[in-house]
Amino acid sequence: MTDLTRLTAVETAAAIAAREVSAVEVAQAHLDRIAAVDGAVHAFLHVDTEGALAQAERVDAGEVSGPLAGVPLGLKDVIVTKGVPTTVGSRILEGWIPPYDATVTERLRAAGVVVLGKTNMDEFAMGSSTEHSAYGPTHNPWDLTRIPGGSGGGSAAAVAAYEAPLAIGTDTGGSIRQPAAVTGTVGVKPTYGGVSRYGLVAFSSSLDQAGPCARTVLDAALLHEAIGGHDPRDSTSIDAPVPPVVEAARRKDVTGLRVAVVKELTGEGYEPGVQERFDEAVALLQELGATVTEVSCPHFAYALPAYYLIAPSEASSNLARFDSVRYGLRVGDDGVNSLEEVMSQTRAAGFGAEVKRRIILGTYALSSGYYDAYYGQAQKVRTLITRDFRAAFESADVLVSPASPGVAFPLGAKLDDPLAMYRQDLATIPSNLYGGPAMSLPVGLSEGLPVGLQVMAPTMRDELLYQVGGALEAALHDRWGGPLLASAPELEV
Amino acid sequence: MPEITREEVAHLARLSRLALEDTELDGLAVQLDVILGAVAQISEVTDAADVPPTTHAVPVENVHRPDVVTPSLPREDVLAGAPAAEEGRFRVPRILDEDA
Repeated sequence: MTDLTRLTAVETAAAIAAREVSAVEVAQAHLDRIAAVDGAVHAFLHVDTEGALAQAERVDAGEVSGPLAGVPLGLKDVIVTKGVPTTVGSRILEGWIPPYDATVTERLRAAGVVVLGKTNMDEFAMGSSTEHSAYGPTHNPWDLTRIPGGSGGGSAAAVAAYEAPLAIGTDTGGSIRQPAAVTGTVGVKPTYGGVSRYGLVAFSSSLDQAGPCARTVLDAALLHEAIGGHDPRDSTSIDAPVPPVVEAARRKDVTGLRVAVVKELTGEGYEPGVQERFDEAVALLQELGATVTEVSCPHFAYALPAYYLIAPSEASSNLARFDSVRYGLRVGDDGVNSLEEVMSQTRAAGFGAEVKRRIILGTYALSSGYYDAYYGQAQKVRTLITRDFRAAFESADVLVSPASPGVAFPLGAKLDDPLAMYRQDLATIPSNLYGGPAMSLPVGLSEGLPVGLQVMAPTMRDELLYQVGGALEAALHDRWGGPLLASAPELEV
Repeated sequence: MPEITREEVAHLARLSRLALEDTELDGLAVQLDVILGAVAQISEVTDAADVPPTTHAVPVENVHRPDVVTPSLPREDVLAGAPAAEEGRFRVPRILDEDA
């Protein structure tokens, strides 16, 4: 019998719709896989066996149908789920049971998607390795001694380890794309405003965006379509139809498409093996009929400092809501301490080192006397980066770069060097500052570990990512004789 | 660029309502100095002077909804997640000085 955990989302949904297999059997196969390998991978913070099987039963009873009905999924623990714990990888929300569903959660349920549980992440999505989770790191299924990327390392690892064919991530500076790159999976940050942020625990509100994680480009497109679209409960949600991503993923043709390599996102700072796989993939795009040029985006060199001023500033404000009053932890309430003392003790006990670092950094950048030089200047640089994108898109349909400067590094290697960790987001941050969509897809191995290529498109042209990704993936699968993940070592069960 | 002192970090921690240990303050002073040194490169961007700031990636303005009352979450469901609740309300620690 086929191993149900090896099927793509498309194959899974088709088998369920044809009644070749039940949604309950599919859910159970994945729950068994989680039970077998998640002790080693630690992709999940919470497995919702009961909820998953109940949803699968609804699909089997014909109560819900659609292109993803019955397909299992891992949901990043930053998206709230009614009745199911949501920790955001933090002690401060340990044990909290949300009283409502995020819009993403609602749409997944309505699409018949079976949510298996909540995936591990860097605390409040701040990190590039998932090592800043208060509940311990996730391990990369390609090499358990290495990081799975972050902040959405749990979602990427769950997909790479066949614990779920789909997962939801969120991407503020690369938290979907960098984990996808280092785990050999596909990850997409949609256009900002393309997927509702209602019920997404906020880190940096002007940058946060939820999106799909999958093993194929088409699976990602189906998930993108299921969660995307206008939501009146998010005032920054774009009131326009979801771009035709599924159709684009199926096209597998890039003839005449103008692809430009971003000069500032190659060369120095990128590992030679990553650069080689990237160059080969670009040459392949040319063979497939795309025209390839190089563009310069001079202000991208300042994307990293701009991001590390804007995101911590917004975080320092957003995280003020963790006040020991409305939800989560309360420490030091002895009847003598004042509210302010209890608040300060709770936040000191409940937040981890990286979160404290960013709150302090953001508070500094926003303080009077420094505001103009730091936060104000960063927002102006954001404008210049946006202008660089717009200028580049006058002569190119999409921009490409390596998705991550290196392959997965060993656990612990950068934990004591915040700046080295921040540099992991070198290539992914510009799209967040601009707001445009971007994808990472696997293009080969370096040192036996996956390398990702990033495609960036203009805002609300998300379909271009899928058009390029679908064509490149098909050509690479032909070359490799199957998906890259097929060459990953088997996890011991 | 800035040398950030331990006292400054302590001040920022107080503003942020973080009761940090002395060792945390020492560590943060060193780390913030390194991080701020790196992000200070942003001042090199001289062509930013007359550029308007971007606060949001996709400009949307004045999003309204009809002024109609819609149901809120049930009070007991919300209070169930609170660290302390009493008489249908959040219970907070002392907010006034004893002698106030």
